[in-house]
Amino acid sequence: MNNPIRRLSVVVAFLFVTLLVSTTVIQFALAKSLNARPDNRRTLLSTFGRERGQILVAGKPIAESVPSDDEYKWQRTYTDGDLYGHVTGYYSFLYGAGGGLEGSENDLLSGSSDKLFYKRITDMLVGKTPQGASLELTINPAAQKAADAGLGNQRGAAVAIDPRTGAILALVSHPTYDPTVLASHDTAATTTAWKRLTTDRTQPMVDRAIAGNLYPPGSTFKLVTAAAALSSGRFTPESVLPGPAVLDLPQTDVGLPNEGHHPCSSTGTVTMIEALRISCNPAFGWLGLQIGADTLRAQAAKFGIGDPLSIPMRVTPSSVPAELNPPQLAQSAIGQFDVRMTPLQVALVSAAIGNDGVLMKPYLVKAAVVDSTLNVVDAAAPQELSQAISPQVAGELRDMMVGVVQSGTGTPAQIPGVAVAGKTGTAEHAVGANPHAWFTGFAPAVDPKVAVAVVVEDGGNAGSEAAGGRVAGPIARDIIKAVLGS
Amino acid sequence: MTAITSLRPRRGRNVELLLLLFAAAIITLAYCNVEIAVHDSLPPDLLYGVAGMLAIALTFHVVLRWRAPYADPILLPVATLLNGLGLVMIHRLDLAHGRTFAGGLALKQLTWTALGVAIAIAVLITLRDHRVLRRYTFVAALTGFVLLLLPLVPGLGHPVLGAQIWIKLGPFTFQPGEVAKIVLTIFFASYLVRTRDALSVAGRKVLGFTLPRARDMGPLLLAWLLSIGVLVFENDLGTSLLFFGLFVAMLYVATERVSWIAIGMLMFGAGAYVAYLLFGHVQTRVLLWLHTFSPAALERSDQLAKGLMGMASGGMFGTGLGRGRPDITYFAESDFIVPSFGEEIGLIGLMAMLLLYAILVQRGLRTGIGVRDGFGKLLATGLAFSVALQCFVVVGGVTRVIPLTGLTMPFLSAGGSSLLANWTLIALLLRISDQARRPLPDVIAPRPRSDADTQVVKLR
Repeated sequence: MNNPIRRLSVVVAFLFVTLLVSTTVIQFALAKSLNARPDNRRTLLSTFGRERGQILVAGKPIAESVPSDDEYKWQRTYTDGDLYGHVTGYYSFLYGAGGGLEGSENDLLSGSSDKLFYKRITDMLVGKTPQGASLELTINPAAQKAADAGLGNQRGAAVAIDPRTGAILALVSHPTYDPTVLASHDTAATTTAWKRLTTDRTQPMVDRAIAGNLYPPGSTFKLVTAAAALSSGRFTPESVLPGPAVLDLPQTDVGLPNEGHHPCSSTGTVTMIEALRISCNPAFGWLGLQIGADTLRAQAAKFGIGDPLSIPMRVTPSSVPAELNPPQLAQSAIGQFDVRMTPLQVALVSAAIGNDGVLMKPYLVKAAVVDSTLNVVDAAAPQELSQAISPQVAGELRDMMVGVVQSGTGTPAQIPGVAVAGKTGTAEHAVGANPHAWFTGFAPAVDPKVAVAVVVEDGGNAGSEAAGGRVAGPIARDIIKAVLGS
Repeated sequence: MTAITSLRPRRGRNVELLLLLFAAAIITLAYCNVEIAVHDSLPPDLLYGVAGMLAIALTFHVVLRWRAPYADPILLPVATLLNGLGLVMIHRLDLAHGRTFAGGLALKQLTWTALGVAIAIAVLITLRDHRVLRRYTFVAALTGFVLLLLPLVPGLGHPVLGAQIWIKLGPFTFQPGEVAKIVLTIFFASYLVRTRDALSVAGRKVLGFTLPRARDMGPLLLAWLLSIGVLVFENDLGTSLLFFGLFVAMLYVATERVSWIAIGMLMFGAGAYVAYLLFGHVQTRVLLWLHTFSPAALERSDQLAKGLMGMASGGMFGTGLGRGRPDITYFAESDFIVPSFGEEIGLIGLMAMLLLYAILVQRGLRTGIGVRDGFGKLLATGLAFSVALQCFVVVGGVTRVIPLTGLTMPFLSAGGSSLLANWTLIALLLRISDQARRPLPDVIAPRPRSDADTQVVKLR
């Protein structure tokens, strides 16, 4: 019987080798993907057990981890949670890290980023508990507060950018939420809050400034149309354009009416300066038809429309439809039909115009700092995205936009002693619904320090009376004042 | 002129003592590891703990010197090490769940260890020759089958997580399958040693295989029915696989006919497949096995998923004893003790532990080869193979090689019945190995040969 016993021992060896292989597969080959599973409690606990980096605005933490005496070891707290909710995002044991920087810069904050590799090694060698990096933001607290106060209880969004660098000075989306409830260690309270926030019809957790369902830009898009027309060389600010009450459109019986069905002037023609000042729809519809869909789309692309962007939160790309027949083209030229933009993208158009046509990449994080040593592990450097328009065209557009605020539709955005350049918008978006009110611009007009975009959904508290200038203009004005004053 | 000196065979008792001390040192180190990780200090009862453990192990060692001096010197240290490491992990999980030593599972496990060793010692003292067990062939058969079917008795059976392999007597729960494993191995061994001639010789040759006669298929058929019954009614693929695999392996060793293995595997495969088609609970097991992370599976049980994530978090080197979170997985101290170790001592540590089991099995099989009587060969092989198979079923279950079942890992898992049975198993192996390694009594002294006996014969 010895031979079969020897053969059986081969079977036994096979069984054990199988087990060695199967454990290797799990603990070595598949370990990384298993650890990365979102429902992995161990990974969550280990990241919770580490001191997460702070998120700082003007040197003060708006999100930080304080020691707690339960099994999670650290409690994430948010200062002015409502004000910065969409910037910080949330860090929840049940729902993970998401929303804003907590989600998109999780690696740095938790300390697992490759950028922190050497720090982790040294921490390990000296026996220190690993710690996440802190993020210093570009946000200007005064501008952020002004935007928040301006929007008040209205739905909408406001963005302010430094046109020279692309640094984001204010990023507000209303309605907002306080991430504190989601960071609670009381699971029942967190679950209730999560359910309430995710089922709320007004979608408080959607960051309308960079994501959301996007908005039709309305007349603010006339800046892009004007830029395309001026860049084509066929038009100047003084070019005379038709300005009837209703522009006849090819291929359809429906014309393109002006606001209130009034002609843009008694003569029925207007210069481009004048058309922008009073936001003449037929004139820009006509311009769109003249330059053609391809030129318009190319100009939009130069402003960054359609490009993916992260600030580091992912920004939903704005879009101009790929196929346009003439009536649709005329509609698109005034920011209607299926043109869709984020408030951030609208602000970028203004910023590029103010910055001599140079589009800077927007960013929210000034630097990532390791707390204990104050070593900067990652610092943002201003980065040029494109030359959207020539400096000359930028100058022409700037002068036209100054006119809008001086004596046109944008007068509510005037600031004594400061030349503000701007453009209003009143965007139809659904039958029976009040239009969205827009304002975008920059100031001071020469060598601007801030570019803004404000949108108030459904006309806000003004309802059907809304015109971009009256509803969104003052909010933009307050943000600009806050930036220039600080 | 004396060409022959009587070589004193190596007993290996001193090696055993050394290895035992080594095992005790490892366990002590592991214990300190846990305490330092959790409490930042050495355990206050360290000396008592070490002394108690050494007392148990050394008592066993002394009994071996007295009653089985030629027994295999590796078996006891390996079993001690595994048992000790299991205790450390159970204690570690007690701490994680906020249980004190007195109120925790570790104390229970320690008590069962002492009891298990006591029974093992009793077996070694009373059972001087393993061949005595052959007298109890049919008593063993009856006991084994009754034990195996006991959990199905209404009022006695105690289902845990769907598997009906426990019985409950008052406050005590017991897994009779563990004891049945030993009793049935004894039965298989003595039965097969009697019938092996008929089973191995008779039959027709088909396609190179010698197929057994139909009437010789009886025992195999019975074992098959029993294991499929266990699979279906006790919902435990592990126990079922363990018994049938054990029987087929022993049948093969007894008859040296590969056809038995082929027939056995075919029958088991077919039976298991039919059971899968017919019974919902078998299908659930398979779903959990093949699609562990699917929503449908997670809804039913995320235990396996949690165990896998635990092992993954241990990675190559582990989190360190006391520094992981094995308590997140349910039954981390019994069915899932292997993932608990994987998490805290890493792949390297887990591999070392698997190799300890492999060594244990190898020493058992070696004993089977060395012992002279057929019954001893079959018994030692069967006992050793049962340990191998059980390891495979348990570790294979938690690493998704086969569907998960409710078997315990020998010596490691928390559970009294398992400890008692496995210590008895070690006692039997030690007894047989003592017989195997004992030198033959000098029956006839060889006649000394002298040069004078050699003659050159000239033929031409």
